[in-house]
Amino acid sequence: MSLRIPNVARPVPVTITVAGVPIVAHPGESLAAALIAAGHWRFGEGEDPARPRTAFCMTGVCQQCLLRVDGRLVQACLTPVVAGQQVTAA
Amino acid sequence: MIFDVAVLGGGPAGMAAATEAARGGARVVLLEESPAPGGQVYRAPPAGFEMKPDRDRQEGDALRAALAASGADIRIGCRVWGLGGGPLVPEGQPDASFSLSALGSDGAPFTVQARALILCCGTHERIIPFPGWTLPGVIGLAAATILLKAQGMLPGQRVVVAGAGPLLYAVAAKILAGGGSVAAVIDAATSGEWLRALPALSARPDLLAQGAVWRARLLAARVPVLAGAQVTAAEGDKVLSSVRVGNRVFQADALCIGHGLVPATEASRTYRARHAHRPEDGGWVPVLDTAQRTSVPFLYAAGDGAGVRGAAAAPAAGRFAAHTALHDLGFSLEHASKEDAALERARRTGAAMARMMALRPAMVAAIPAETIICRCEGVTRSEIEIAAAAGANTINQLKHFTRCGMGPCQGRMCGEAAGALLAAARGVGVADLGFATGRIPLRPVPMASILGDFDYADIPVPAPAPI
Repeated sequence: MSLRIPNVARPVPVTITVAGVPIVAHPGESLAAALIAAGHWRFGEGEDPARPRTAFCMTGVCQQCLLRVDGRLVQACLTPVVAGQQVTAA
Repeated sequence: MIFDVAVLGGGPAGMAAATEAARGGARVVLLEESPAPGGQVYRAPPAGFEMKPDRDRQEGDALRAALAASGADIRIGCRVWGLGGGPLVPEGQPDASFSLSALGSDGAPFTVQARALILCCGTHERIIPFPGWTLPGVIGLAAATILLKAQGMLPGQRVVVAGAGPLLYAVAAKILAGGGSVAAVIDAATSGEWLRALPALSARPDLLAQGAVWRARLLAARVPVLAGAQVTAAEGDKVLSSVRVGNRVFQADALCIGHGLVPATEASRTYRARHAHRPEDGGWVPVLDTAQRTSVPFLYAAGDGAGVRGAAAAPAAGRFAAHTALHDLGFSLEHASKEDAALERARRTGAAMARMMALRPAMVAAIPAETIICRCEGVTRSEIEIAAAAGANTINQLKHFTRCGMGPCQGRMCGEAAGALLAAARGVGVADLGFATGRIPLRPVPMASILGDFDYADIPVPAPAPI
């Protein structure tokens, strides 16, 4: 079952790639939400296996959801999905 | 150009402050980090998303429409990292207006200047650490609210909702309404605490009714609600798979947990305004006079960032701050800012909720020794206590000893627990530890944006001293 709540109208889905694997998401969705919906809770490994990168506060405060989009370091919770984004671990 | 008024933060207080100041004839700029004004409670869904509008959405849309019509310069999606001017001008140099340096939504750096600055920075969530809280699948209650309300997304298929305050029941009810299942609600408050809050809540019958509807939905769905309880561990391999509460274990793919809200004071701390520790307001808050003035001339604060009272009470405080700022700048004002009865009721209810969401020392005392407190730097409870025994007796000293609070979040996630642990270990109150000195950058920014055109060759090298 999808985590996306039914009865919400969304823009036509687009494809982005996450670590080279295509996933489908809606433009404007936060990248963090799109990854969670695609089953990716673990966004990358930090220096300590006990502290992997992941979405946590969703408000731009905790800095735990860092990712690279087309090579640029971003916070996944503040970054909207745009067609064709190449997402890699921070 | 120098603006008359800059407003930092576009939540309910900031939207109302900017609108009021612009209507009063001031040149106003509003700086907001999110892609649209609204703040957390009134956050707008992304463009092209249509969901059933609720009351929060309508209130938010009304504030957004008034702001858009006000003539204020609205800068959204910008990351404000630098603060200058005002009290930060070095001694002996001429006075300068406030300056805020930011990266625009396109990544381009810019700086705005203003004669007066209204801080409407809102709050961030307090989450008291527990074993396994760094596992992916564990998120804040506020985070869950954003997923549900602004993204139309469930945090998981089967979710444990835990913590303190009204958000707990709001999140659980919205998960059910969205078609998810709630494995359990773990409420730190006892039913006695809720009963004692009732008189203040009855000032807002609408909220009371809303709360009753949420509780009824949980009851109908047979969701176990544990009162006076707390999560003892989040467990799973690589990602969350279960949540332990004492000897009970709930299978879950998400845990949404939050223990209240903390005012975001990094800007007022950076400007060296006076602060006081008031647990009933959420923790450290800038000290304000009766008209929203901080101790720094022409610096004002409003909304939850000046003491947690909730979104409903924030717009009136924002308007009041704008009114005071315009008065201090010498604008002639036609109408006096009025306090109305609805605002007073909202404040009373907000205060009762803030008390329920205040830091719970027993919860901090129960943190096991090897639990990570500072997620950024991996500092555990026992490392904090070793530092306390070795002589760290302020929050700033704890940073020096352990790096706790020195990571990219700048102590916003760990500060509350670290303060309570250090205070307990030293046998003093949290207020005696002081607060972390506010410093720029307020947010992580690429070094290149700070440097601008400054090059290695531009570094001034003093002439060597004669041998």
